[in-house]
Amino acid sequence: MSASAVDLRLALVGNPNCGKTALFNLLTGSRQKVANYAGVTVERKEGMARTPAGHSLRVLDLPGAYSFDAASPDEAITRDICKGHFPGEARPDLIALVVDATNLRLHLRFLLEVRSLGLPMIVALNMMDAAQRRGIAIDVARLSAELDLPVVETIAVRRHGADALLAAIDADLARISARPAVSELHAEVRRLLELCVRMPTRTAAVDETLDRIFLHPVAGLGLLAVVMFVMFQAVFLWAAPLQDAVAEVTAAVGGWIASALPGGPLRSLIADGVFAGLGTVLEFLPQILILFLFILSLEESGYLPRAAFLLDRIMLRHGLSGRSFIPLLSSFACAIPGIMATRSIQDPRDRLATILVAPLMTCSARLPIYTLVIAAFIPRQQVAGVLSLQGLVLFGLYLAGILSALVVARVLRRSRAAAGESALLLELPSYRLPHLRDLGLGLLERARIFVRRVTTIILAMTVLLWFLSSFPGPPDGATGAAIDYSFAGMLGHALQPLFAPLGFNWAICIALIPGLAAREVAVSSLATVYALSAVGDEAVSQLSQVIASQWSLATALSLLVWYIYAPMCLSTLAVIRRETQSWRHTAIATGYLFGLAYVASLLTYQLASRWS
Amino acid sequence: MTLSELPRGASATIDGVSEQGQPDPIARRLRDLGFVPGEQVRLLTHGPFGAEPLLVQIGFTRFALRRSEAARVRLREGVAA
Repeated sequence: MSASAVDLRLALVGNPNCGKTALFNLLTGSRQKVANYAGVTVERKEGMARTPAGHSLRVLDLPGAYSFDAASPDEAITRDICKGHFPGEARPDLIALVVDATNLRLHLRFLLEVRSLGLPMIVALNMMDAAQRRGIAIDVARLSAELDLPVVETIAVRRHGADALLAAIDADLARISARPAVSELHAEVRRLLELCVRMPTRTAAVDETLDRIFLHPVAGLGLLAVVMFVMFQAVFLWAAPLQDAVAEVTAAVGGWIASALPGGPLRSLIADGVFAGLGTVLEFLPQILILFLFILSLEESGYLPRAAFLLDRIMLRHGLSGRSFIPLLSSFACAIPGIMATRSIQDPRDRLATILVAPLMTCSARLPIYTLVIAAFIPRQQVAGVLSLQGLVLFGLYLAGILSALVVARVLRRSRAAAGESALLLELPSYRLPHLRDLGLGLLERARIFVRRVTTIILAMTVLLWFLSSFPGPPDGATGAAIDYSFAGMLGHALQPLFAPLGFNWAICIALIPGLAAREVAVSSLATVYALSAVGDEAVSQLSQVIASQWSLATALSLLVWYIYAPMCLSTLAVIRRETQSWRHTAIATGYLFGLAYVASLLTYQLASRWS
Repeated sequence: MTLSELPRGASATIDGVSEQGQPDPIARRLRDLGFVPGEQVRLLTHGPFGAEPLLVQIGFTRFALRRSEAARVRLREGVAA
């Protein structure tokens, strides 16, 4: 084969937890494109790599699978792409089958199944370092000969393993070809293990010890609570200095640009619309990244399935499953990937219940509004010396969402017919220290998504709202704020009777509408509305100071409670529709969330205004 | 005896997986995960509530199974050490 730049399509295939994604990150670096497969919402990750001989590779990271006998939609995609049946995806030219050297008994079976497809294939024997530490001796040459496939040793987090894989692709392009199918897969796995692998009888001592602690009935549950609690405290405490820095920079840039522009509508658009609005949302990037840092680390370390183990019984009693834990935890970042992750739940009823309650998990888009209101109304003081009161209130909001989800799931379960059992069947992988590169790439991807949202949908909504709030201008001789006479002002005043029992003023009513496009927009909208409401030279510096002076505590609490429940995010509803294939379920989700939001806010406002 | 009856900390050899109803995707998946005749399986512990789910180990791989799932796995008589 010549060394010209042939575009080879390489697919990474392997069991879940084989270190495939870390290897993918090594092969492709940050040159990744994350999208969805056509028609379904399973994440599709593709990147580019180049072999030493100059072949350019398009690397596709397929979802992890245990078997082609697919038990979940994820596994079906892997099977269909490998078999060339997936519409709109070309069959890969070459498969890199990734196996975990410490878990060959399980992974070799799938390897043999994939080999029987007859595609050119190369084996990446991953986690060789961990295997050596555990005293597992693998005769790689023998394994390669028995499999009749090239086998490359890799360590998912080390560069030279990836290089060896790329070099092997060059060396073996001519040789690698189809192998016959084996009928008795398990017998063949046993034969291979006996020939090529010497294993100690015990598992890794680290895993045994850690599982004894993390799965302990008392200590394990206690640690789970601590992990969750630290995560939510950190979101508040660690992010604060970073947020202040972002706020200062955007304010300085906005002020500088505004002073350079002539007065008039353009200056108002830039200063009141773009900088007041977008700047306020951008401040929340640090918080969102810290939240994702925790979720990604928990995911990478192998801890999440342990949490699912601990909570399975409780979740089952509430009509969910331990498997629901992982999608629900992702929903704290964003309900959309959370709802997509429910695809790993095999039972359709468990899956539906998980989808319907996922929006009750407080997503990161709600953080801006929570933080804004908490910062304005809850004093910055310490409780018991170490805990931040603001962090505690935030934790309470999260907790309220979680408890509500349990209640809702319980009600849902009662309303559906009791039928066959659902499955847990969850692998608890070895513990792994999360690697900085993988965390970094994950965070980079999240930051990109957030900034893309800020610069597209949030920018568009902010500009639209600025327009609606600025026109038509006040009539001559008008005395009030200009916004009172604008379209947005009229709309806000028209909606107010509906929301007055909840304590929402007209400015909040205005902000709720563009907030449907993305929850963060509610904050940028408030910033824009208040920036434009300023009469004369009355300076609007910080949104939180404005609302602290204009809202009552009861209104603030009511708005916080509203956002625990309100389905104020059209993309979430769209994903529910796509994943459930049912308008009815989408309507149920929308209806119950709005209903709960209204009733809960009503109660909060009425009680709080009576007490205070 | 089935895997769901195995005492905590005990090991045994798998005899096979029984189907409950036709088809039984759970039984099929158990086999794919390596619950096949002749394999050693060990019951490590169980979850904090209602002694569910079970933590079992085959080779170096650990799985969480509910009792109803583990009840499909038949064990050979004579519990190993």
